[in-house]
Amino acid sequence: MTLQPTFQIEMLNFHYGATQALHNVSIDIMPREITALIGPSGCGKSTFLRCLNRMNDTIPDTEISGRIRLEGRDIYAPDADTTELRQRVGLVFQRPNPFPQSIFDNVAFGPRVLGTVSGRNLQELVEDSLRGAALWDEVATTLTSPALSLSLGQQQRLCIARLLAVKPDVILMDEPCSALDPIATTKVEELMRQLKEQYTIVVVTHSMQQAARVSDKTGFFWLGELVEFDETNTIFTRPTVQRTEEYITGRFG
Amino acid sequence: MNPEDGTRVMTTTTRKSTHRKPLEILLEALVRVAGYSAVVFVALIFIFLMREALPTFNEISISELFSRRWYPIEDYFGTLPLLTGSLVITLGAALIAVPFGLMTAVYISEIAPRWLREFLKPLVEVLGGIPSVVLGFLGILVLAPLVREILHIPTGLTAFTGAVLLAGMAIPTIVSVAEDALDTVPKSYRDAALALGATRWQTIWRITVPAARSGVLTATMLGIGRAIGETMTVMMVTGNAPQIASGLSAIFMPLRTMTATIAAEMGEVANGSVHYHALFYIGLALFLISLTVNLTASAVLFRARRRSERLLS
Ligand SMILES: Nc1ncnc2c1ncn2[C@@H]1O[C@H](COP(=O)(O)OP(=O)(O)OP(=O)(O)O)[C@@H](O)[C@H]1O
Ligand SMILES: [Mg+2]
Repeated sequence: MTLQPTFQIEMLNFHYGATQALHNVSIDIMPREITALIGPSGCGKSTFLRCLNRMNDTIPDTEISGRIRLEGRDIYAPDADTTELRQRVGLVFQRPNPFPQSIFDNVAFGPRVLGTVSGRNLQELVEDSLRGAALWDEVATTLTSPALSLSLGQQQRLCIARLLAVKPDVILMDEPCSALDPIATTKVEELMRQLKEQYTIVVVTHSMQQAARVSDKTGFFWLGELVEFDETNTIFTRPTVQRTEEYITGRFG
Repeated sequence: MNPEDGTRVMTTTTRKSTHRKPLEILLEALVRVAGYSAVVFVALIFIFLMREALPTFNEISISELFSRRWYPIEDYFGTLPLLTGSLVITLGAALIAVPFGLMTAVYISEIAPRWLREFLKPLVEVLGGIPSVVLGFLGILVLAPLVREILHIPTGLTAFTGAVLLAGMAIPTIVSVAEDALDTVPKSYRDAALALGATRWQTIWRITVPAARSGVLTATMLGIGRAIGETMTVMMVTGNAPQIASGLSAIFMPLRTMTATIAAEMGEVANGSVHYHALFYIGLALFLISLTVNLTASAVLFRARRRSERLLS
């Protein structure tokens, strides 16, 4: 039996005004896997990621064509609900961006907005989410202190916890470790491997090592095109396209 | 620390300061004079007010000062109706201006399309610059008759009319300051909320506005401050009857404020008379009230700012 892909992307094109940022990108993203996206700066990785939860909708003067299906349903269909989509497909930003509120309130934001849980259940959900993001042990006694007083690495894990609290299916990460030191990076990478058990993860990274360490599949973007997409092992040991090899071995990019 | 290092640092700084001396010293002196003069002016105003107002306490008993009848020609100097008049009008204006102003600010900064925002922002600034006499004039000609006809009351020159006009004056201040504050909220907060599946409204009310709260508070205070100190508009449209506000219906009756009393009577009063001192006493009271409001506001703001600085450091 073959697994149904979580995301099926066909012939995706994306324009910022007159500049085209994505050219005919087609890719299947499989459930419970980590898909890494690599490529030089400005090649459209973030743009691609933002297409998956429609965060590009907030940028004026953009145009998208092609099709993106999440579990078979077109997320750009006229009757598609963007808020529901974004609850299912969460995004971790490059720079940690907790709200200027307490740690608890940060994690509770999503559930409160959804209005699904309250009181005792909310507390449990917050605790579970913080545990899920491997942060609980560090903040259990300081839940009411401001989120911005945490270290950057903790802030990033708090952002992940905040996202887990809305119970998404997919987690998108845009260079989640680029603002973090090596130890914090290791923690987030460990966390990604744990999260893979329950979530589908797509991660943009500039670190070849990170892609090699954590991902199952790797896609190489270049000038808005998906040049090559395969098992991470294959990409890093015997890439079929020469440009991929050049990028991975550091000859350009 | 090496003592030699210390001396070397000292010599370089002295050399530097001798180098730029003449202009530096002149500029510093100018800035210093400007800074001190602000304090000196406030102190002088206060001293002058005190000098002219203090005799009141010998000439009029405290209980008389707080009695309910202001009728200086017959030597009634009860300032209570004026105090309540100011209070009713300021509160009324704040009740109208704060919600309305904040909602307008939110609309301009968060909801309006870009071209409309570029149009509305300068428009608000222009509205803020309309002289209060002009607003008072509009009040007499347009708003007062309207109020009278709609509510079927004998005169349209009421506390309500004054409050509405004062709100109209405070709103541009509130909108422009609050809008600036909302504008400085980082986009990353909004993006984070939207990416979690919050709607635009939830993002605005739960994240953006609270993140801008110290600026929003400043906006409110500045707006109310403008309303408290306003004289002309109020004098023109509130009917100027020094009556005590009693009950809700008082809102639709004429009344008179402290500022309007001073403006209306100061021109005719004999220098050094009891009445003259009483007017200065009212001025002193106004001064103290607005000082208190401002000090409270800046204390609150200072605390809020220190808290956010602690967080961001
Ligand atoms: N908001 C925007 N408005 C206009 N053009 C944009 C915008 N965001 C990105 N672009 C353009 O789209 C192209 C792709 O940008 P994108 O941010 O997706 O690249 P990236 O691969 O994520 O780069 P990096 O590795 O530096 O993050 C670039 O040429 C960029 O200039
Ligand atoms: Mg990027």
